[in-house]
Amino acid sequence: MSRRPGFVLEVDRSTPPTLFWNGEGYGLERLPEGSRVIYAPEPIDALEDPIGAIRHALNNPYGDSAPLPSLLRAGMKLTICFDDISLPLPPMESPDIRQMVIEEVLEMAAAAGVDDVVLVAALALHRRMTEPELRHALGDRVYDAFAPHGLLTQHDAEDPENLLYIGQTDEGEDVEINKRAATSDLLVYVNINLVAMDGGHKSVATGLASYKSLRHHHNPQTMRHSRSFMDAPASELHTSNWRMGRLIAESGVKVFQIETTLNTDTFPSQFAFLQKREWEWNVRDRATFAASSAALAGAPTRYKRRLFHSIKAPHAMTSVQAGEVEAVHAITTANVWEQQGVEVEGQTDILTMGLPYICPYNVNSIMNPILVACLGLGYFFNLYRNKPLVREGGVLILKHPTPWEFDPAFHPSYIDFFEQVLAETTDPVLMHKQFEASYANDPWYIHLYRTGHAYHGVHPFYMWYWCAHALEHLGRVIIVGGDQKAVRRLGFSPASTLDDALEMARDVVGPSPTLTHLHNPPIMMADVR
Amino acid sequence: MKSLEIERSLPRFAAARLAAVLGSGRGAGIGPLRLVEGATPELPGADWSLVHPRLSGICGSDLSTIDGRTSRYFEALVSFPFVPGHEVVATMDEPGRTAQGSVVAAESRVVLEPVLGCVARGIEPRCAACATGRTGDCEHVAFGHLSPGLQTGFCCDTGGGWSAAGIAAHESQLHLVPEAMSDEDAVTVEPLACAIHAVLGAGIDDGDVVAVIGAGTLGLLVTAAAGHLSSTGAMATPASLLVGARYVHQRRWAERFGATGALDAEQLARAVRRRSRSLALGASAVGAERLTGGADIVFDCVGSAASIEAALDMVRPRGRVVLVGMPGRLHLDLAALWHREVALVGAYAYGTEKVRGEHGPTSVRTFDLAFEAAAALGTGRLVSATYPIERFEEALAHAGAAGRRGAVKIAFDLRSARRGTTKGPTT
Repeated sequence: MSRRPGFVLEVDRSTPPTLFWNGEGYGLERLPEGSRVIYAPEPIDALEDPIGAIRHALNNPYGDSAPLPSLLRAGMKLTICFDDISLPLPPMESPDIRQMVIEEVLEMAAAAGVDDVVLVAALALHRRMTEPELRHALGDRVYDAFAPHGLLTQHDAEDPENLLYIGQTDEGEDVEINKRAATSDLLVYVNINLVAMDGGHKSVATGLASYKSLRHHHNPQTMRHSRSFMDAPASELHTSNWRMGRLIAESGVKVFQIETTLNTDTFPSQFAFLQKREWEWNVRDRATFAASSAALAGAPTRYKRRLFHSIKAPHAMTSVQAGEVEAVHAITTANVWEQQGVEVEGQTDILTMGLPYICPYNVNSIMNPILVACLGLGYFFNLYRNKPLVREGGVLILKHPTPWEFDPAFHPSYIDFFEQVLAETTDPVLMHKQFEASYANDPWYIHLYRTGHAYHGVHPFYMWYWCAHALEHLGRVIIVGGDQKAVRRLGFSPASTLDDALEMARDVVGPSPTLTHLHNPPIMMADVR
Repeated sequence: MKSLEIERSLPRFAAARLAAVLGSGRGAGIGPLRLVEGATPELPGADWSLVHPRLSGICGSDLSTIDGRTSRYFEALVSFPFVPGHEVVATMDEPGRTAQGSVVAAESRVVLEPVLGCVARGIEPRCAACATGRTGDCEHVAFGHLSPGLQTGFCCDTGGGWSAAGIAAHESQLHLVPEAMSDEDAVTVEPLACAIHAVLGAGIDDGDVVAVIGAGTLGLLVTAAAGHLSSTGAMATPASLLVGARYVHQRRWAERFGATGALDAEQLARAVRRRSRSLALGASAVGAERLTGGADIVFDCVGSAASIEAALDMVRPRGRVVLVGMPGRLHLDLAALWHREVALVGAYAYGTEKVRGEHGPTSVRTFDLAFEAAAALGTGRLVSATYPIERFEEALAHAGAAGRRGAVKIAFDLRSARRGTTKGPTT
C-alpha cells in the first residue's frame, strides 16, 4: 500500500475517542462533534542504502561547492561539527545519522591524508552531552578514536580563548563563533533536520555562536516576528541567521553543509498504536493501549520517566544532501515538508494538544513547567505555514501534568527563573529588559554550563521568548491536568478535565467554537489555507 | 482575677517538653502553665504604677517556656512563679508618670517596655549599659530590690501581661500610646522595637544584600523595620532585602513591608546567590546551597540549628549573622563560621539606637522609633486572632501553629476581663 498523506478528520458520532499525550502517559478524550483532528502523514520509505546515499551526497554536492574529497588534503585543518542531544526526538535507534555521516566524512579525510581533525558538538547554549549520549550519537569507534585525545569537543560559548569575532552584519548584529571551526580550512556541519526550522545558516550561526551573537536573534522582538519558525521566509529568526551565515561565508569560513531528513516513524513496534489513527487500531493496539495506560497511571513518575526516556525511535533517513548551505537547505526543507506537511483549511477557535514527555531540552531529564510552555506555545503552536492553526484571540488547550519539578543539574537557572522572574512577570519584553543580562552573566550559571551539564543561565529566557508569538496571539492558554500552582505561575489557566477547559474556552471564543486537535507526535506541520 | 502563671515544677516542664513534640504550644495543657486566681501585684515603690493589660501578645520565647524548651541559661534570670506576657498594651490604674517624665491620667493607654534594668530595680550607680541607654544589656537583671527577672513577664514581683490582675510597672517602663493608635498597633510596638534594635545594630550599608530567614512575627517585623528605616533615611538602604518564608501569607506580608524578594524558604539561598553573584558548593547539611560569597547580613529569625547553619551557608566571608530568634541548646557545625570569619551576633531587646540624622548620627530611644514605625506601617494588622485568657490552651495552640493556620500574631484580649470589675474610664 502506498504511503498515505496527512489527514484532517472531522469528528462525528462514530468517531472513536482521540489519543491525547499527557506527559509520561496518554489517554483518550472524546472531542465534540464537528471538531477536526489533524493526523501526520505516514512515514516516507527509508533510504534503502543510507551509506551509499551519504557517499553520493558527499561526492555530488549542491550549489557552488566542490565534492568533499576534492576539498580534503593532507596538512589541512578540518573541523566536523554536529547537532547535539536536542535532535532528533526521541533519540533514534543506533546507528545514529551523525555516526553514519561522520564515519563517511572521516573515511574520506583519512583517504586524503588529513590528520588534523576535531569534532565539535554544536551546543550553542545547550547543556554539554554526557559520554553515553556522545557514544550514542557518534558510535563507539568515533568516540574512542577522538575523545581520549581531546579531539572530541563540545562548543563552549563562554570560552573567550576559543571564540572568534567575525564582525557585524549590516543590521549591526555581532557575529562571534567557535574559533577552531572558524579558523579551519574546512568546516563540515552534520545536521539532523527533524523539522523545517533546523539547518541552513542557523547551524553555524546559532550552534557555534556565543551569547553576544545569539542575543541578536534570541529575543522577544525577533521571536514575535517569526511567523512561523518553520517557514524560513516568514521567520525573522531565520532572516537574522541568514545575514550572519552570509557574513561568516564572506569572511572566508568555508562551510560544507550536510543535511539529513527523517521519516515520521517515531515509536518502536510495541508502541505502534501511538502513531496510528484510532479507528484503525486493531485488537492488539487496543489491548496494548489499555494495559500500558493503566500501568502508567499507577506507576511512580520516576519509573515512567525512565521508561519513556529509554525509548529509541526507529526514525529512518529519507534524504541526505550536501554542499553549499543555502542550496542544500532549500532541498532539505522541501523534503521535510513532503514528509510532515498537512494542508488544513482555515483557522480554528480552539486548538488542543496533548504534550508528550519530551522536548528538545529535556532529553534524559524532567519536562519542567517552562519547557511545557515552550513545547506547547513555542514549538507545537509554530508548526504552521501561512497562518497559525488557531485564530488570533483564540484559545490553546494543552494537556500535560506540568509538575513543579526541575532537574537541578541540567536546569539550575530554570529554577530561579521560575521562582523569581515568572513570579514577577510573564511579559517576555519586560523580563528581557529587567532580568536577562543578570542571568546571562551570572558566574555560577556560567561555571555550571562550562563544567557540568547545565543549560546556560539565559536559556530559560529563550524558552519563554519562543512562546512570545503565541503569547501575543492567543486569548487564553489552558492546561488540563497540570499542577495548578505551576500552571498559574506560567500565567495560564488550570483545568481538571478537557470538558472544563472547553467550558472555560467558550468564555473567550463564544458558545459555539470550532475546535481542532493537533495529533502530534508523530510530528507534522500544518499548511493553513 | 484570672491569671496565667508559670510555676517551677520539673515534672511539669518535662511533661510539657514531651507534649510539645506534637506541636508548639501543646505544653499549655500539662506543663508548668496554669490558670489561677491571681492577686494584684504590690507596687515596689512610689515610682511604680499599676497597669491593666488590654492586649497581651504571645511571643516565641513564651511558647518555648511553656513547652519546656527554654535554655537553662535563663534559670538564674527569672523568678517563680511568674505571670508571662511582655508584649503589652495596658491602661493606667491611677495617674502616673511615663518614661518621658510626663504625667498621664488614669485609664490612659500605655505600652510596657518590659526590661527590668537598673532604674526599675533601684540600683545606683547604674551599670555601664544602663548608663548609656542600652537597657537590654543591663548587668543587674537578677539584682536589686526586685526578684530576678530579665523582663516583666519573667519576674515574680511584677506580674505579667497574661493576667487580668494587673502589672506593677516602673515609670521608666511606660510609654503613652497616641490616641489615634489602635490597641493592635500598640501591642506590636514591643516586638517591633526588638526588630528595630536588631536591624540598626546589624551594620547594614548602602547596597548590601540582606537576607531574612523566617517570616513569623519577628521575621516580618525585621523586614518591616529594615524597609521602613531605610525608606525614611534613618539607616542605609540595602540593594536587596530577601525574605525566606514558609507560607504564602507570610510572603505577601513581607512584600508589603518592603522585601525586594519574598520567597519560599527553600529558595532563599538561591535568591541570595543570584543577588550576590556568588558561586556555590552544592548541598550542605541543611539542604540549602553553600555559597562561596553570599549576603552581607543574614537575620536568623527562627533560632534553630538548621536556620543558623543555613544562615552561615548564605552569608559572605566576614559577613554578619544576627540571631533575632531566641535559640536554646543547639548542636551546630561552626566550621563555616571559622573558615569564613563570620560574625555571629545576638540581638536582644532594645534601649537606645543610633540613627542617621540631617546633622549626623543621633540617639533615639528604640521605643520611640517603634511607635513611629508601628503607626506608619500599621503593624497591628499582623494580629490575626485574640483570645480571652480562659481559652489559653486554644490561644497557645493557635500561636504555635500560626504559620500553618495563616496567622501571624496571636494575643490575649483582656479588655472585657476587667470590664465591670474596676472603675470605668473617667469622663
